[in-house]
Amino acid sequence: MAELTAPAYRVIPIVPALKPGAMEGSGPFVSNEKMNEALGFPGKLVDDWHDKAIAKMGDLLGKYRSLKVYMDACVHCGACSDKCHYFIGTQDPKNMPVARQDLMRSVYRRYFTWPGKLFPKLVGARDLTREVLDEWHNYYHQCSECRRCSVFCPYGIDTAEVTMAARDILDSVGYGQKYDIEIIGKVHKIGNNLGLPGPALIDTMEGLEEDVKEATGIDVRFPIDVKGAEVLLITPSADFFAEPHIDSLIGYAKVFHATGTSWTLSSMSSEAANFGLFIGNYEQLRKVALRIRQAALDLGVKRIIVGECGHAWRVAYSFWNTLSGVGEGADPDDKFAQMLQKQLDHRYRQPTHICEFTWDLIERGALTFDKEANDKHIITFHDSCNVARGSSMGGYPGGQFDIPRNIIKAVANHFVEMDPDTTHEKTFCCGGGGGLLTDDLMDLRVKGALPRMEVLQQAADQQGVNFLAVICAICKTQFSKVMPIYGFDRKMVGGVHQLVSNAIKLGEK
Amino acid sequence: MMSTFFAILFYFATLVFVVGLLQRISTYTRTPAPLKIPTTPAPTSTGGVVLRMTREVFLFESLFKANLWTWILGWMFHASLALVLMRHLRYFTDPVWSWVVSIQPFGMYAGIPMVLGVAGLWARRIFVERIRYISTPSDHLMLLLILTIGLSGLMMRFVVHGDVIAVKGFMLGLMHFDLQPLPSNILLYLHLSLVALLMMIFPISKLLHAPGLFFSPSRNQADDSREKRHIAAWAKKLESEG
Repeated sequence: MAELTAPAYRVIPIVPALKPGAMEGSGPFVSNEKMNEALGFPGKLVDDWHDKAIAKMGDLLGKYRSLKVYMDACVHCGACSDKCHYFIGTQDPKNMPVARQDLMRSVYRRYFTWPGKLFPKLVGARDLTREVLDEWHNYYHQCSECRRCSVFCPYGIDTAEVTMAARDILDSVGYGQKYDIEIIGKVHKIGNNLGLPGPALIDTMEGLEEDVKEATGIDVRFPIDVKGAEVLLITPSADFFAEPHIDSLIGYAKVFHATGTSWTLSSMSSEAANFGLFIGNYEQLRKVALRIRQAALDLGVKRIIVGECGHAWRVAYSFWNTLSGVGEGADPDDKFAQMLQKQLDHRYRQPTHICEFTWDLIERGALTFDKEANDKHIITFHDSCNVARGSSMGGYPGGQFDIPRNIIKAVANHFVEMDPDTTHEKTFCCGGGGGLLTDDLMDLRVKGALPRMEVLQQAADQQGVNFLAVICAICKTQFSKVMPIYGFDRKMVGGVHQLVSNAIKLGEK
Repeated sequence: MMSTFFAILFYFATLVFVVGLLQRISTYTRTPAPLKIPTTPAPTSTGGVVLRMTREVFLFESLFKANLWTWILGWMFHASLALVLMRHLRYFTDPVWSWVVSIQPFGMYAGIPMVLGVAGLWARRIFVERIRYISTPSDHLMLLLILTIGLSGLMMRFVVHGDVIAVKGFMLGLMHFDLQPLPSNILLYLHLSLVALLMMIFPISKLLHAPGLFFSPSRNQADDSREKRHIAAWAKKLESEG
């Protein structure tokens, strides 16, 4: 691959001109036989893929109201057309949300509607040819399922739902994406995305205890597999060793330590991420989520707290109750969910985000901080897409925006906002979400980061911002990788609990 | 002869419109939404959802956030269309309902911003590169259809007046299965045929955006996933399988 260069910043907010075909053939690696079969998918593209794909599409149309309604309702108004970061960064018209949906809608019309069967040209209907299937593989892996388009659609059409359906269909005919499928395989086999086995994890945690002791002189514990602990922490496995993720893990541990909370990790279920979401496969989504249920039951915990991870928080907040019963309000005769819900302590929201947990303690005055410890940072906060548009915090709409900011303001003196058209529900994806955080998509990832980098540059120039706080493992990895290409220091990125960790006073309360 | 033709056409169009739409709505109703996917921040209660939907239906809130020009043109078109449709109730009621009488002055002139709105949206479709790229022939024809209906209606109202008393007689006759003559008027024939065509393609075209909005899970779901367990019947079955 040629050396990666960042696209030029636009004069904000000009909508770019179209460059048809700009990202043709820029899709990801295809998954191999072994990986596919481990998940129960056909090893390679099956001979009767055409009929199988159409049948799968019919199946999904009957199972998902979202897909059914979204296929019908679009009027091609264009409201979404300039809202996708991948369109802005690549200028490929097929990366406009509506055009991305139309890759499937054209096939839907051909096989499932009268006008498309009778007058395909008139309504833009197409046969599902091999070219179309390749186009799906290519462009449905240039969507990070960030839902920004759904904010602006007058009917709430969410391209993420269409992308997920497309990937589910591709997997079902043996034509999936390597990165996602390989990772899900690792979770099933080992318990986390990184393939970090239990003993290595225990070792890593012991090492961390020593590091923190050395740095602070205090015995902060990183417990693992402790039966009867009150809190089970489910965090993205990147937190265990990746930079800057690990600094946030230390932050969580310090908060637990400062309040004397009994907590534990689970070696069997050491992953918050759930790539089942990215491939739109309900069974996989459920199967990955069930590991957490199992760990909670085995360890007998009262609370489940989720670490800094965007899509994991969407899955935990919005789907865990459905998938695994982690939540409350199940029917009395719903034995599956009741089994777990009876065990959990419903004085707390289940599951709880680590930011909800920390902010609650701050509000109650249970934590003290040395805010000056963060004085070298002028901080801004990047809302991660899945947190912003697919979940909430604090039990009220918009809590997902306030709570992380409140924490930052409580632990640091210098906090500023970026352009409001790119924060809160209008935030731009980092460019690496939705199962695209893989080296074979590096060109796409750099281009997709453009809109965020533009406003970050603006904030750096005008307000002196030198720290980008995030609460998502994918954002952290993606930014660390692409920011140097845009001329920023990779160390500019960090977690909210990294800031907490810098400022928290231990051993005083 | 033409009276009979239009009578049959309208009975048929109404049948297609009603049956087609009911069939579509019943499909939407029967298809489950297995996961909670409101676009957040979202209301946490049913009351809040009703408010959110009301803002979407009457104010096009999301479109307003997206693009001011599309919002102005789209809202102007739809609001005018609503007035025009309400005004047309005078041809189907005898005596005319008093509220329909009271909106006549607005309804008559609403045809003008309606046509302007459609024309503006069409111009956008032709001249904005991104929108032109995503447009299919049917997108253009739909605008042509609505524009022609609007213009033929305006012509009859403001330029070549038709015999509205007779038209009303024909419509009331249709409703009471008592066929009355339809005045012979080319513009009227055009207007009515295209309206019948619009009714017939409604359940099989993008006009389904109207009912679709009410069934959109990203808009009509309450954000209460942690408080209530939400599960579809087909997903519940997976639990008994182990």
